[in-house]
Amino acid sequence: MTQLSNKARIGVLAAAVVVLAGAAAGYTALAADRAEPAAATGTGQDAAVTLTPGPRLLTITDRHLATVAAADPTGPRTVSTVECLRVYAAAGTGVCLRPQTAWAYEVVVLDADLRPRQTVAVPGLPNRARVSPSGRFVAWTVFVGGDSYTSSGFSTRTGILDTRTGTTISSLEELTVIHEGKPYRNVDVNFWGVTFAADDNRFYATMSTAGRRYLVRGDLAARTVETLRDNVECPSLSPDGTRIAFKQAIDADPQRGWRLSVLDLATMRVTQTAEQTSVDDQAAWLDGSTLGYTLRQDDGRPDVWSVPADGTGAPRLLIPGAESPAPLAV
Amino acid sequence: MAHRCPQEPQERETTGVYLSTVTSPVTAPPGGDPRRRRIALVSGNVVALGTVSLITDVSAEMVTAVLPLYLVLGLHVSPLAYGVVDGVYTGATAVLRLAGGFVADRFRSRKLVAGFGYTLSAVAKLGLLLAGRSVPAIGAVIAVDRLGKGVRTAPRDALITESTPPEALGRAFGVHRTMDSIGAFLGPLVALAVLAAAGESYDAVFVTSFCIAALAVVVLALFVRERPAAAPEPLAAPESAAALEPATAPASAATSESATAPEQPAADKVLLKAAFGLLRDAPVRRLAAASCLLGLATIGDGFVYLMLQRREELSLVWFPMLAVGTSLAYLLLAVPLGILADRIGRLPVVLGGYTALGLAYLLLFGPVGGWPLLVLTLALHGLFYAATDGVLIALAGPVLPARLRTTGIAVVQTGQALAYLVSSVLFGLAWQAWGPQTASRAAAAGVAVVVVATLLLLRKRGPVR
Repeated sequence: MTQLSNKARIGVLAAAVVVLAGAAAGYTALAADRAEPAAATGTGQDAAVTLTPGPRLLTITDRHLATVAAADPTGPRTVSTVECLRVYAAAGTGVCLRPQTAWAYEVVVLDADLRPRQTVAVPGLPNRARVSPSGRFVAWTVFVGGDSYTSSGFSTRTGILDTRTGTTISSLEELTVIHEGKPYRNVDVNFWGVTFAADDNRFYATMSTAGRRYLVRGDLAARTVETLRDNVECPSLSPDGTRIAFKQAIDADPQRGWRLSVLDLATMRVTQTAEQTSVDDQAAWLDGSTLGYTLRQDDGRPDVWSVPADGTGAPRLLIPGAESPAPLAV
Repeated sequence: MAHRCPQEPQERETTGVYLSTVTSPVTAPPGGDPRRRRIALVSGNVVALGTVSLITDVSAEMVTAVLPLYLVLGLHVSPLAYGVVDGVYTGATAVLRLAGGFVADRFRSRKLVAGFGYTLSAVAKLGLLLAGRSVPAIGAVIAVDRLGKGVRTAPRDALITESTPPEALGRAFGVHRTMDSIGAFLGPLVALAVLAAAGESYDAVFVTSFCIAALAVVVLALFVRERPAAAPEPLAAPESAAALEPATAPASAATSESATAPEQPAADKVLLKAAFGLLRDAPVRRLAAASCLLGLATIGDGFVYLMLQRREELSLVWFPMLAVGTSLAYLLLAVPLGILADRIGRLPVVLGGYTALGLAYLLLFGPVGGWPLLVLTLALHGLFYAATDGVLIALAGPVLPARLRTTGIAVVQTGQALAYLVSSVLFGLAWQAWGPQTASRAAAAGVAVVVVATLLLLRKRGPVR
């Protein structure tokens, strides 16, 4: 480049700045156009969304809480103005993970009329949410870290709130871990996907450490968690408390995707459901024998599907264009 | 931009003078010694390389800032699914860094190899667009980006070394690293602005990041010179601020070879044998050993930030600010510490930096808490980087023979990187066995041992100052 005079170099640089800045600005403007909201998709009636138990399914549609009749899930949808990225509800109590500011997120406990009752700031990006069957405990999982492009430090933070006393376990890592009968400690211990038992003390969750992902059973009173089984993620306890729906990494390698499966707690036998597509979700029991879960299309758009829990039948598209299903029935 | 050398013929010798005047506020050292006067400024080539690094870091940190949001909220993929083994990448880039260093020396084309590295990283930004929701593809794109970073570092530092008289290396690296950190500082802000302007479109961030990275490659191609103006011709302007010729550099045993030679014909091409022979040279061997030792003393920023985050219960909003705080201290201190290193010697400054690191480790479970803890720890952590990152290469440069300088710098950086990998694994094990408090104190003790060992290794042994 020594042949170029200073003037020529400045000229080339100026041209490059103009072209590249033009390209960046042009693309940004185009993206802004595309992102223009397609005007609130106000379908359905004006009736308010409530969490009172009844034969309805709660979902998120276009980032807003919505309900549909369990008997007619593709029918009219009641959409609220409450914005959430992940939701769950039981016994008239809801938990909603939503943005607090552009860069921060919070857990909001909702009453049956979607009024916020308690708020907890969370240190990460919303992932899972659960409410105990009685409505007393709520749990959430967020992704934290990814603090550097060059260190693949993604991890999760899972917390539990007792809505009656207001006590919070901000991270399950505070609890004592029992692994293979002995107390266990490791910097890489990580929890996600809590599901509660009916007694408001026992819960199940995923714990990962040393490259493996375990089903753990927790005891809130004793402040312990104990590993039960390998290769179980995002457990979801059945209404009768006997089975756990979960995602099972194919060949124990999450990079190969997950099979939605059901574990019988009495026999520890695993049954794979008829869903062949990889499911990356914490499934919900829509009733004693049916699972609901979110699948995404190639462009990321979500749909809620359902499949029988006993391995029979076939998956069925339940609620198009929705995600994060939760049954409101008792 | 106005500059002081209107004569066209001189231009070849003083490329980038107009750029170097930008940094002219660097105060000239006192005394009328003509040699000192020449090194009053950093060379145009260093400023050009600093500019390239600044622009590139804006681009890289833009992506860093939005990547978690993009994966989780944009693509709805589980980032846990890519259990990227950091060590595999570090190992692979280490080997390629050495290869890149050797190729740069063999074909005397540091600029080309560095340019290749910068280009790879630029292309990786577009790769993120094409990767879509495929997690393995995203992992591959990130690997390409790291590869580019690995390849370009050693040739870039070799170019800085060649463009600077040995006695001013500390300052030159200080200026370069400051510019680099300014870029890292601006990146997240630019990303935020683009996200706001583009209605939360991550694509726009990647495209903008690519355009910025491409601009850096253009600046490199136009303004960075493979051969610094070594003044082989009588035309050289002696008063030029950018005169780079270290004419009176002390010709010690180790530096005699490095006196900037005029363009050599291809006759004495560097052979692989010579590259391996590099470690037979005692000062180089001691240097390599020291850089491995120093690498062992660091446990990794991730651990430091994690412990701070846990102790202070920091939220997501503040967690990235820990890295920003460190960068801020780094960019404020890099030039002063570089100048200090040129004055009092580089080894004391490097060892002082590691002492600061040891103190930071002790503070993690020390008596101070709250904001004072965060400020103090991050300041010490930034001071550590400012006192060691560039200064170590400034210390190494004169010891390495000019013909093999890129390879030598790659050896030093690779040794440090691999040792660092080992130490972070060891620290993970220590955490598991003893808990974070004892582990961090053990790490501080490790730093103390390393400082003493490095002092014994590099002290009073001739040319290494």
